[in-house]
Amino acid sequence: MRENIKRAPGYWPRAVLFYFYLLFLYGPIVIILILSFQDENASLSFPMQGFSIYYFKEVIDPQYIGDFRWPFGRSVILGLISMVLTMGIAFLAGLAFRKNFRGNILVFYIVVASLICPSILISLGIGIGFANLGLTSQWWSGGLGAHLSWTLPFGVLIMLAVFSRLDPRLEEAAVDQGATKWQTLRNVTIPITLPGLVGVALFGFTLSYDEYPRISNVAGEFNTLPVELVNALALAATPAIYAIGTMTTLFSLAVIFSTFIIVYFMAKRRQGFGLKKT
Amino acid sequence: MAGFAAILNRYSTALQISPLVITLTLFLVGPVVVIIILSLWKFDGFMTLDGVWTFKNYIKIFTRSLTVINYLETLKLLAITLFVTFILGFTLAYFLVFDIVKLRTKMLLFLLCVVPFWTSAVIRTVAWIPFLGSEGIINQAIMGIGLSDQPLKFLLFSEFAVLLSYIQIFTLFMMAPLFNVMARINKDLIEAARDNGASSLQILWNIILPLCKPGIAIGAIFVIALVASDFTAIRILGGAKVGTVAASMANQMYNVQYPPAAATGMILLLAVLLLVGGIMRMVDVRRQL
Repeated sequence: MRENIKRAPGYWPRAVLFYFYLLFLYGPIVIILILSFQDENASLSFPMQGFSIYYFKEVIDPQYIGDFRWPFGRSVILGLISMVLTMGIAFLAGLAFRKNFRGNILVFYIVVASLICPSILISLGIGIGFANLGLTSQWWSGGLGAHLSWTLPFGVLIMLAVFSRLDPRLEEAAVDQGATKWQTLRNVTIPITLPGLVGVALFGFTLSYDEYPRISNVAGEFNTLPVELVNALALAATPAIYAIGTMTTLFSLAVIFSTFIIVYFMAKRRQGFGLKKT
Repeated sequence: MAGFAAILNRYSTALQISPLVITLTLFLVGPVVVIIILSLWKFDGFMTLDGVWTFKNYIKIFTRSLTVINYLETLKLLAITLFVTFILGFTLAYFLVFDIVKLRTKMLLFLLCVVPFWTSAVIRTVAWIPFLGSEGIINQAIMGIGLSDQPLKFLLFSEFAVLLSYIQIFTLFMMAPLFNVMARINKDLIEAARDNGASSLQILWNIILPLCKPGIAIGAIFVIALVASDFTAIRILGGAKVGTVAASMANQMYNVQYPPAAATGMILLLAVLLLVGGIMRMVDVRRQL
C-alpha cells in the first residue's frame, strides 16, 4: 500500500481552486467545440440544434459564408515569416546584449516599450506613416511590421533569459581548444541555446498567428484570419465561427505537439551524440 | 576576404543589434513619432494632412467629461483584473511549486494552463457568448434551479463579461512569472523558518511574498499593458456599456477622427509608461531575466 502523504495545510483549497481554474480555462472552448457541430441555421447558443458537420463543410467549401481559407493561409504565412525573423533578430540581439554595448539600456527600454505600447496606437501610426509615404500598408508589409513589434519583445526577453543562464566558460573552453569564433557559435552556443530558440520560434509563430489589434488598421485589402473573424462577428455571427475555432484549435495543437516531439527527439539525439563521443 | 572578416569582427556587436534597432525604429519609434505629429494636427472632420498645428486635440481631451469617465472605467477594470489575477495567479503558482512534488506532474499541469493560449484570442473571447447569453448555460442553470425566473442580463455585454474574459486570459501572464520566481526560492529557507517556529502564515508573509516581488512586478506589467490596450474583448463582450480609453480610441479611428484618436493614444501611452516606469523603478526587471 502507498504510504499516506502528509499534505501541507491549505492543500485541498488550493487544489480545488487550481482544478476550477482549469475548468474556467477550458469550459468555454469545449462549449464552442460542441456547438460547432450544429445543423444549418443554428444559433450561437444552446440548446444545440441537430448534430452535423454542416458548418465545417461551409468553412472548407464556402457557399453562404465568407471565405476563411485565404485569411487562414495568410495568417500561417505571416506567422512563419514573423517566426523566422523573430528568431534571427532576437538571437543576434541576445548575442549583442551579452557584451553590454553602449546604449544597451536604451535599447532594452525600447524593447519593453514595444511590449507595453497600446496596440491600437501602433496600428494607427503604421497606417498613417504608410499613407504619408504614398503607400498602402499590406498584411505582408505594415502588417508584418506590426506583428514584429509584438513578437520581438517576447523573443528578445526570452533570449536575454537564455543567455543569462549560459555559462560563458563553455564557450571559453571551445576557444581555448582552438575553435574559431564561428565554430564556437555553431557548435557550442547555438546547440546549447536551441531549446530557448525553439521557445522563441513558438512564441513568434503563435503571437503573430493570433494577433488582431496591432494589424487591425494595417492589413490592407487582404485580411488575416483574426481580422476576418472580427469582421465576420460584426456582420453576422453564425456557428461557422465556432467551426473555425474548432479547426484552428486543432491546427494549433498539432503545431504545438509536433514542436514538442521535435524538441524531444533533438534532446535525445544530443544525448546520444554525447554518449558516442565519450 | 580577410579584410571583410576583420570588419565583421570589429563591428560584430553593432551588426548583431542593428536588425532589432532598425525593426523597432521602423515599427515602434516611427509610428509613435507619426502619432505625436498627427495628434498636433488640426482635425477638420476629414483625413487632415494639410498640417495646421494645434493643441486643440489635447485641450479637448482635458476638458471633456468623457475622458474622466473613460479613465475611471479603465482604472476600475485594471484594478479589479490586477487584484484577481494576482490572488489567483499567486495561489495557482504556489500550488504548482510547493504542493505538487513530482516534477513531471508540475510540468504537465503547467502545460495544461498554457495550452488554451494557442487557440485564437478572438475565438476565446467569443466563446463566452454561449456561456453568458440570456439563453446561455449559466442563465439556463439559474432559471432551471429556480434562483430567478428571468435571465440575468448583466452577464453578457457588460463589464462583468469583459472582466471574466480578462481574468480567464490574463491570469497566466501573472502566474507564469510568479511560478518562475517561486520555483527559485531555496526550500532550505522555508525549512529554517519552520524549524525556528514560524507559522505558515509568517512564512508566506515574511519569506515567500518578499521573494516573489520581481514576479509580481513582471506580471503586473503584463496585465497593465494588456488591459490598457484591449479593445477587442470590450467590443465583443462589453456591448455599448463599457467605454475604456483604448475602446474610445478605436471608436474615434472607426469614425476616421485620426488626430483626436492620436491624441487619445498618446495620453494613454504616457499613462501606461508612467505606471510601468514606476514598477520598473521599484524592481530591477532586467536582473530577473
